Amino acid sequence: MTDASMQSPETGRRATSLTAADARTRKRANAEKRFRAYGITAIATGLFFLIVLFSSILSQGIPAFTRTVVSVEFTLTPQEREEAEGTLFKTKAYSNLFVSALNKELAESGMNVDFDEEAIERLLGKVGGTIRTFYSENPDQLDTPVKFDLAASSRVDGYFKGRVSRDTIQDSRFLQKSDLDLVDALETAGIIKQSFNWPFITGADSGVDNPGGAGIGASVVGSFFMMLVVLALSLPIGVAASIYLEEFAPQNRFTDLIEVNISNLAAVPSIVFGILGLAVFIQFMHLPQSAPLVGGLVLTLMTLPTIIISTRASLKAVPPSIRDAALGVGASKMQAVFHHVLPLAAPGILTGTIIGLAQALGETAPLLLIGMVGFVARGYPEGFVAGFTEANSAMPAQIYTWASRADAGFYEKAWGGIIILLIFLLTMNIIAIILRRRFERRW
Amino acid sequence: MPILWLILIVSAIAAVGYFLGRSRALQSAGGDSRNLHSLPSFYGANVGLKTLIPAIGLLIFWLLVQPFFVNSQVSDMIPGTAVAEGSSRSLVMAEVRRTTAGLNSAVAQGQMTEGEARNPDTDVADITQRLKDAGQVVTSDITQPVLHAAQSYRVMNANGYRVMSIAIILVALAGAAFSWWQTHSEYRARNVVEQGVRVLLLAAASIAILTTVGIVLSLIFNTWEFFKLYPASDFFFGTTWAPSFSGRGGSSSLGILPLLWGTLYISIVALLVAVPIGLFTAIYLSEYASSRVRSIAKPMLEVLAGIPTIVYGLFALLTVGPLLLGVFGDDGFGWMKAGTAVMTAGLVMGIMLIPFVSSLSDDIINAVPQAMRDGSYGLGATQSETIRQVVLPAALPGIVGAILLAASRAIGETMIVVLGAGAAARLSLNPFEAMTTVTAKIVSQLTGDADFASPEALVAFALGMTLFILTLGLNIFALYIVRKYREQYE
Repeated sequence: MTDASMQSPETGRRATSLTAADARTRKRANAEKRFRAYGITAIATGLFFLIVLFSSILSQGIPAFTRTVVSVEFTLTPQEREEAEGTLFKTKAYSNLFVSALNKELAESGMNVDFDEEAIERLLGKVGGTIRTFYSENPDQLDTPVKFDLAASSRVDGYFKGRVSRDTIQDSRFLQKSDLDLVDALETAGIIKQSFNWPFITGADSGVDNPGGAGIGASVVGSFFMMLVVLALSLPIGVAASIYLEEFAPQNRFTDLIEVNISNLAAVPSIVFGILGLAVFIQFMHLPQSAPLVGGLVLTLMTLPTIIISTRASLKAVPPSIRDAALGVGASKMQAVFHHVLPLAAPGILTGTIIGLAQALGETAPLLLIGMVGFVARGYPEGFVAGFTEANSAMPAQIYTWASRADAGFYEKAWGGIIILLIFLLTMNIIAIILRRRFERRW
Repeated sequence: MPILWLILIVSAIAAVGYFLGRSRALQSAGGDSRNLHSLPSFYGANVGLKTLIPAIGLLIFWLLVQPFFVNSQVSDMIPGTAVAEGSSRSLVMAEVRRTTAGLNSAVAQGQMTEGEARNPDTDVADITQRLKDAGQVVTSDITQPVLHAAQSYRVMNANGYRVMSIAIILVALAGAAFSWWQTHSEYRARNVVEQGVRVLLLAAASIAILTTVGIVLSLIFNTWEFFKLYPASDFFFGTTWAPSFSGRGGSSSLGILPLLWGTLYISIVALLVAVPIGLFTAIYLSEYASSRVRSIAKPMLEVLAGIPTIVYGLFALLTVGPLLLGVFGDDGFGWMKAGTAVMTAGLVMGIMLIPFVSSLSDDIINAVPQAMRDGSYGLGATQSETIRQVVLPAALPGIVGAILLAASRAIGETMIVVLGAGAAARLSLNPFEAMTTVTAKIVSQLTGDADFASPEALVAFALGMTLFILTLGLNIFALYIVRKYREQYE
């Protein structure tokens, strides 16, 4: 139709055209576009948050993996050692020896800076003690050149990483402006440099005023023992409970009660499980406080609902024909389940368990209540059994402890700890995905 | 670790029993397993299970009961005069336990002989000094009654464990012998074993109930204790939260209202962020997006749900807080005093909840039958009109349920508010002010070193009770709505 101006006076409606959109159609089309745009904006916002989160983790956490060290080659003769041991302030004598060695190295590279032991102490802490302990433990190293990699103090570290600058620094007992001249000189001489921060990965928590020495190793071990407890308890209990509910449970009040309890427990805030752990395991049963065993028990109770829900889903996915076939050749119900259904559901169960464990690994709040805070992670446990009962921390609790300390040097450690935690979680999730991809069956 | 050894011994008896039972069954059938009622392994399993289950059951029972028994016995031994003014019997008992632990590890480290640790006539000062030298944590003044109590505590415990070990091994042996004697070719081993396994499965499933009972009991008992020390009306209707830190002398005001207000306010901010973004994401992904976009965007957003809350807490404290402070702080609008505020915690919690809202609503929108959409298109509606006027109203109960579930998550969330919301409890409307929540205060009241008997520590259990009831109510309500909605289309 070319003529679109045919009037219909009876209804009083305005003429419409199929080729030119009228105002109302345009309005509707615009509304459609706007609606779509809202959706795209929402997704973009979500992804934007994700990117901001990850970029701030990476940008602030990666510096935790490097540290500033002063490496000085140092030879101690037996005479020098004897002399130093003869003095009243033994460590001071060793520091003096160190200062002269450092002076010599600086002079060799043609630098000329004035400094004293106090400056060295501000930069490196108590050097004398470190050197003395080294030689008393390794007397055979006397008379041979030894290379000392001494960690610089956290302020010096901050100077290299941009946390501290010449403009913002204030003279204090921790670092003075003049010290930075020395630091610069040491840098040009190649004595002070950045290296990979192994102590951060292998070490234990340090005191509140020593962010440089803090490491996450001990709490990784604590997390590991906790996960062992969670795995050893929640997998068998979870699988047994799911088999009962999925295969054997009669339709009655008691079964309903169990089901309601499981779905409610899945939604109980994690901190309530911490209260439970505190009241039942520590107050009532007098299990050791801060022990990975107790943490593992609490996290087991917390992850059980997750594992039961996913295990039931994978048991349900095994088709009934498998059970019927087994029963048909004379297996009992129990044999049908344990010999046929369970092996076929195993990949799904494992995937669910790994995801449950990953969830437990990142949980913090209940651990704080049972005393697994960061500062108890002062060292590695002595032996396997002690790993369960000795006071220790866990990765997320350690991160929390660092985040709540006043010294900003700990924030970097906290971000670094998060990177390590996320690496563990990522690995576990990737394993779960691979298991699912590789063994999942479609019936 | 004697208990570990005990379990190993019992397991070994069970393993030996397995083989003995199996061979006895075969023997009674003349070596031909076809003459047996069940497979030979069932006869073995019968012996094994009858060895293990009673023994392990007794072990668990004994471990639960003995501490009570010893505690009450020792507690009765302490004369009333030994309980100092302002102290309580439970505090003295704690001291007794500490001393016992000190004695135990001093003996274990070889710094004290068993005889010395048991000698009732030892000098108190001497033993205190020696415990301190051995690096044990003991209070400065172990009194004579405490030392006596600690010594008999040790002896009773040691005797108890010795009797327990013997009893358990006897029970295991008896179980093995009895079931071995039962074994013959006509014995219905399979039925018995399968019945036993079934009971074990049921026991595993009942742990969920036990956990709930444990939660409820531990909350109720301690809340009851708290209300004995602190009036309930002041707790529920008090408008100030100011615990005294000394625990003694200064009176604390422990009103829950400022905490509830902080919790609600932060949750509302979080939902204001999460619900629109999550809902629109779900709508776009389920109605508009091509399967390729969907397969990329959905898992990426779900990464947000897999990140531990401590990461969000740190993100709030160190990234979002300073960022907001830069905009709304004294350099910008001047509304904000510090980085930790309702806005900071709420915003970050909202980010955490986006995938939660979006994946739940996604499921619900997908469950709306296609016929309803087709009908709407057939009447000439555009896609967005269909969504707004047909799909969303149909999905509304489910979406409300999802939002309620998200709200219950927000109320129970701990780490973000501990790190991001601040510590001051106040009733204020300014979202840029620091406030605190129920969960954050549970953490701070229980991680200090206040003793468990003080109202300042016990209040955490009352807070936990409130939190538990609140989240449970929301969850049950949400599930009720979701379930009711599902019935309409299936």
